[in-house]
Amino acid sequence: MASETGGSGPVRLELETLQESTVLRLKGGWRLSDGIASPDDLFESGKLRSQSQTLKVDASAMTAWDSALVCFLVDLKKRCTESGIALDLSALPEGARRLVDMALAVPERQGAKRTGSQAGFLESVGKQTLDALQGAGEMLEFLGQSLIALSKAATGKARFRAADVLQIFQECGPQALPIVTLISFLVGVILGFVGLVQLEQFGADIYVANLVAVAMVRELGGMMTGIIMAGRTGAAFAAQLGTMNVNEEIAAFRTIGIDPVDFLVLPRMLALIVAVPLLTIYANVVGMLGGSVVTAALSDVSLLQYYGQTASSVDLVDWASGLFKATIYGIIIAIAGCLRGIQCKMSAAAVGNAATSAVVTSIVMIIVAEALITVVYQVLGI
Amino acid sequence: MAQAPGAVGDASSDAPLVVEDVTMAYGDFVVQRALNFTIQRGDVFIIMGGSGCGKSTVMRAMVGMQAPAKGRVWLDGKSLWEIEEVARQPLLQRCGVVFQKGGLWSAMTLAENIELTLGEFTDLSAKEMREVAKLKLALVGLTGFENFYPSEISGGMQRRAGVARALALDPELLFFDEPSAGLDPISSRRLDDLILELRDSLGATIVVVTHELASIFAIGNNSVVLDPVSKTQIATGDPKVLRDESDDEAVREFLNRGEVS
Repeated sequence: MASETGGSGPVRLELETLQESTVLRLKGGWRLSDGIASPDDLFESGKLRSQSQTLKVDASAMTAWDSALVCFLVDLKKRCTESGIALDLSALPEGARRLVDMALAVPERQGAKRTGSQAGFLESVGKQTLDALQGAGEMLEFLGQSLIALSKAATGKARFRAADVLQIFQECGPQALPIVTLISFLVGVILGFVGLVQLEQFGADIYVANLVAVAMVRELGGMMTGIIMAGRTGAAFAAQLGTMNVNEEIAAFRTIGIDPVDFLVLPRMLALIVAVPLLTIYANVVGMLGGSVVTAALSDVSLLQYYGQTASSVDLVDWASGLFKATIYGIIIAIAGCLRGIQCKMSAAAVGNAATSAVVTSIVMIIVAEALITVVYQVLGI
Repeated sequence: MAQAPGAVGDASSDAPLVVEDVTMAYGDFVVQRALNFTIQRGDVFIIMGGSGCGKSTVMRAMVGMQAPAKGRVWLDGKSLWEIEEVARQPLLQRCGVVFQKGGLWSAMTLAENIELTLGEFTDLSAKEMREVAKLKLALVGLTGFENFYPSEISGGMQRRAGVARALALDPELLFFDEPSAGLDPISSRRLDDLILELRDSLGATIVVVTHELASIFAIGNNSVVLDPVSKTQIATGDPKVLRDESDDEAVREFLNRGEVS
């Protein structure tokens, strides 16, 4: 933007060199809607010649002004000071002059300006690696604290209120039934449909029942429930604890010697350890139901045949292996949610970040745990 | 009273709280260093200083929430951060803390807030605890509010309820973190009166972190002034005396709202 014209509007700056001083005439409107002029051109084009000059600003032709004028003048004043030119603002409106003085009254604090964190690629990779390591360390430490709390609960030494466990269970168990129903039914339908299309080619329609039952019971029922609970309950835990942190409620627990891990994390963990496996059993059954509906509708297999085939395809070991995983997911969700909440910094944005981070952490850990446990099962032949 | 191993005898033995050469830091970032002051029984001791100078952080070291990077905090003649964790807890039980916004547990009613603290340290029955909770709430002027949740009462009342909770275990030392922040002048004044009343009736020693001049002069009889620039204390003593007679211009400026004659 050319400063001579001050944008697209009419000429707003005019320099006139007199004997001892230079006069800068400001014309027209100097409002934010007119754009902010920059004094750069005055200096660069050499119009302000020698040093030790006086620059007098004349505003008699100015029609209106607001912060745009003050911005320009502050900038101008700084540039003048740098080049050793005396700036005479006495002909300006009183208000503008005082605002300029106010803006320049307090010198910039040393070190107050954030040094531009233009970290190089390697530096930021290194920093993020260190952060990740530290985060992993904190996670392990918290996991340890939580497991200690769990063992204290087993021996009846932990301090928490049983009523809290019931209330949290109510919120994360029965109240999650609708969404678990919907998702697992549809997963069952999808599995049944895909399986049917493929197996029909070999006349093996009836084995859709095996496919759906084994997939749901061993893997998908627990995993889908875990992911639903991570989004639904893990985020809620992080937001609850994060807000408590912001309100100094967690600090208040510490001062009276109640361990926040005992009082806040333990009830949530206990509730999820019970709720997630129960929801998984339910999800498995609903998923099989979804598979059976598709199969009965699209093939010659009857519901009764489907039921019989399902009953013979999964045994107690399959159920137990799926429910063991579901229990682990419950612990993961509770720990990730509570950890992110307790780590939360003291602001509203931090509570949001805590909730986001809780969901991401839980889902990542659920998938990793799922993969690891499946490999272990494979090796052990379960 | 058993002396901690290697405890100092002399002056610190009868003062309930002594801060000796304490440095507070977050990692490498030093908040305040070389702090030395003694709080006597029955004092209303003010920790003051400009915004962000680390007043609350210093208080955190005195109530067992954050270990100092260096130095000792003597609580009843025992070095708070050098004794075993097991021994620290009963020591901290004698301290009540009122947080900046009350710090009440929002998921519990006012009575439950008090009962939880009681339940942790006493063997009272539920009925007895309710009686005590009612009494503590009555002491701070909140009779009849037992079953209210913190979000249902005003900011000034939350602050008072916070005091009631801090009083649950009849503390000998009562800490207030910015008690009047965000309160209107009348609520703020009432809280000051309450603080003095508690000191007189319970014989408690009071430590207040604040920068409200009106409160400082109304209740404080001893103080330490922390300076954000030099990051250490620049004066100790009666705030009224410091206001008029301190040699340090920064102290007089602070206590006279920046109007130094």
